[in-house]
This record gives sequence, C-alpha cells and structure tokens, in this order.
Amino acid sequence: MAKSIKIRAKEKGGVTTVKALMTHPMETGGRKDKKTGKTIPAHFIQEVVCKHKGNTVMMAEWSGGVSKNPYISFKFSGAAKGDDIELGWTDNTGKSDSMTSKIK
Amino acid sequence: MSNEMKRRIFLKRSLAAGSVGVAAATGLLAPQQVLAAWNKAAFESKELSGALDALLGSSDVSESADIKVKAPDIAENGAVVPITVDASIDGVESIAIIASNNPVPLVANFVMGPGATGFVSTRIKMGKTGDVVGVVKAGGKLYSAKKEVKVTIGGCGG
Repeated sequence: MAKSIKIRAKEKGGVTTVKALMTHPMETGGRKDKKTGKTIPAHFIQEVVCKHKGNTVMMAEWSGGVSKNPYISFKFSGAAKGDDIELGWTDNTGKSDSMTSKIK
Repeated sequence: MSNEMKRRIFLKRSLAAGSVGVAAATGLLAPQQVLAAWNKAAFESKELSGALDALLGSSDVSESADIKVKAPDIAENGAVVPITVDASIDGVESIAIIASNNPVPLVANFVMGPGATGFVSTRIKMGKTGDVVGVVKAGGKLYSAKKEVKVTIGGCGG
C-alpha cells in the first residue's frame, strides 16, 4: 500500500509540534450514492497513535465526523531534534498504515 | 498515566503478541470487535450527554475560560471545518471535539500522553450550523468551551 501518511515534526524551545496528513476517504456510512441510491458503507479511521521512543504521546479515536484526508496537529514536550516519531492509523475495516519521521 | 491509557497499551501489546484469544477470553475484547479499544458506544451515541458518559464516564462538564476553541465563524463547506482546541490547563488527559448538531455528535477524542500539551488541531465535518464543543479532561474533571459555526453547505449528507 502506498504510503498514506505525511508527517512533519519540529522541535522548538523544548516543545515539539507534530503535523500529519493522512489520505483516507473517511466515509461516515450515512451517505448515499446519488446514482444508485445505495448507502455507501462506512470506511473511516478509528484510531491514530503517535509514538516517540516507544511511548505513546497522543492517541486519537475518531468517528466518521473527521474530514476526508484528515489533518491533525498537536504538541508535546520531551523530545529532541533527530528523534524518531512514528504515527499510525487503523480504520474500521482493519486496515492500517504507519510512518516514521525524524523530528527537525 | 491514566488507567485508560494503560488499558490501551495493554491491548496493543496483547494484540502484538498475537494473544488476541487470551484477551478475548478475559472479556477485554468482544468476539467480532478486535478493535475494542475504539469506544463504540460513545461514537455511536446520538445524544451528547450519552456520548460523554460512555467516553469519559461522566457528562458533568463545567465551562472554562482557559480553553479556546478556534473555528471559523462561517464555514462555507461543512465537509472541511478547521478546528483547534487550545487548553491552558495543566495535566490535560484528553480532548474531545464535538459538533453538537451532527448525526453523531462526538467527532474525535484525543488522549494525550505524558508530555503532551493541551493543544490539538484537526478538520471535521459539520452537517449544519451548530456549536463546536471542546471537552477537556484534566485532573479527573471535565471542562469545556464552545464556538458557534454557521454552515452554509452541510458536509454529512450526500
């Protein structure tokens, strides 16, 4: 599977700002196909986990109410430049992806 | 580290070790729901208070001026509404984002690990005009702030 995640992390003054973009349709399951009138099945990211040195710094649980191709940003302290940061997601169909990047 | 967090880490590890069966036997995982960490009850609740009860164990929320919910006054496209919740409270455990008039009000819940600050930013869908509520859990208590967003084109229907 092609990489579906873009992640940028920047350390400044002890606080690391993480920004990530994921590619995902984020179907709520409530939408109907205009042509066929059939309900489009739900397909959305349920869980996003971000780890720094094996410790979870942020874990998000989502409903289908998060926009298509989701964007998140958050901050945490205690990381240094050059550290690895890993972000992964799991959707309601059991698919998952993860990406590791270096903190700049 | 909160108990909730520990439980999640435990679940992750038991999954990673391939001992899903063991976890299921201990009643931690429902048979068809391998992703048991995801709070189904909370995210399927159509009522705001029900969602908060299921998610955070309480719907007793007090408004706080220390939380800022940044969102546009008018969202032309309800499918993409940028939301930022910034809480200047110590010891933030989790931040939930709620679009009160959505079919499923609870949009997202961010569980912050040790070291994480009370800041999250994301983009959500909004079905119609309504309040966006940021619920912050800190020190076992719930605080909230809200901001009304007017939506001209809804982003939930087809």
